[in-house]
Amino acid sequence: MVPLWFYLVVSAALFAIGAYGALARRNAIAIVMSVELMLNAANINLVAFWRYLNPFEINGQIFAAFVFIVAAAEAAVGLALIISIYRSRQTVIVEDVNMLKW
Amino acid sequence: MDITWQTIAFFAFAVMTLGGGLMVVINRNLWHSALFLMLSLFGTSGLFVLLVAPFLAAVQVLVYIGAIAILVLFAIMLTRRMMGLEETQNTQWPAAAAVAVVLFIILVITVSPLVDEDAVTDIFGDKVANLNANLPVDPDAKDSGVVANNDLDIVTVEAIGEALVTRDGFVLPFELASILLTAALIGAIVVAREDEA
Repeated sequence: MVPLWFYLVVSAALFAIGAYGALARRNAIAIVMSVELMLNAANINLVAFWRYLNPFEINGQIFAAFVFIVAAAEAAVGLALIISIYRSRQTVIVEDVNMLKW
Repeated sequence: MDITWQTIAFFAFAVMTLGGGLMVVINRNLWHSALFLMLSLFGTSGLFVLLVAPFLAAVQVLVYIGAIAILVLFAIMLTRRMMGLEETQNTQWPAAAAVAVVLFIILVITVSPLVDEDAVTDIFGDKVANLNANLPVDPDAKDSGVVANNDLDIVTVEAIGEALVTRDGFVLPFELASILLTAALIGAIVVAREDEA
């Protein structure tokens, strides 16, 4: 069986990739996708720790399932906002949507 | 560590997850980004299978690939004029890359004590040892005290379902999550629908 830290390194790399995407992409939809990657990284961590440290309690898997729920809610609301912004301002470039910026 | 089919599968799924993730953030074509997101999510699902979490693997495919990724594809199609951007990264991308690399290094440093399998036992030892005292440990994992996959049969979908609806389980968080999801979806409909004249 693969040691625990393999999973943790994969998860760390996925999180860093997602963080880069969220910081560097201009398209709001790409940013939402990057956030999904980061949530996935967190989930890999949760399930790996559950499997290696405490596999007879169900807690770890339940926690991961709640991350799924939050991710689904986030994607639905985020994409609805993006579509709404696109409708009123004809853009999804985050730099062009700066009416709340000081 | 011996090279087993499990190891090979792990590396295949890890490459799928990370390669897909990397293509999501650097691909210039947003549509391809979304398809690579699906690949990455599928790789994660494979990792869940290797971690003996079949329920989560199935939910990953159904909810993430089947619902969220499809939602993203619809959003891309609805904002199609934005697909052909010349510049897909903003001007601060070198700083963003630096932040990501530093973050990765910090995380790896944090994880590094666990590379030594004895350390895993030292850090989490009591718990792992107590829990798994009566069970044969995974032969490949030797001293780390990790339970072999075959002994994990008891954690089934049934157990998860029961935990979600019993009072000393997670019924309150479960109901709260339902309310959150309902509120989020109603909110999404209200935000995204066309204003009636």
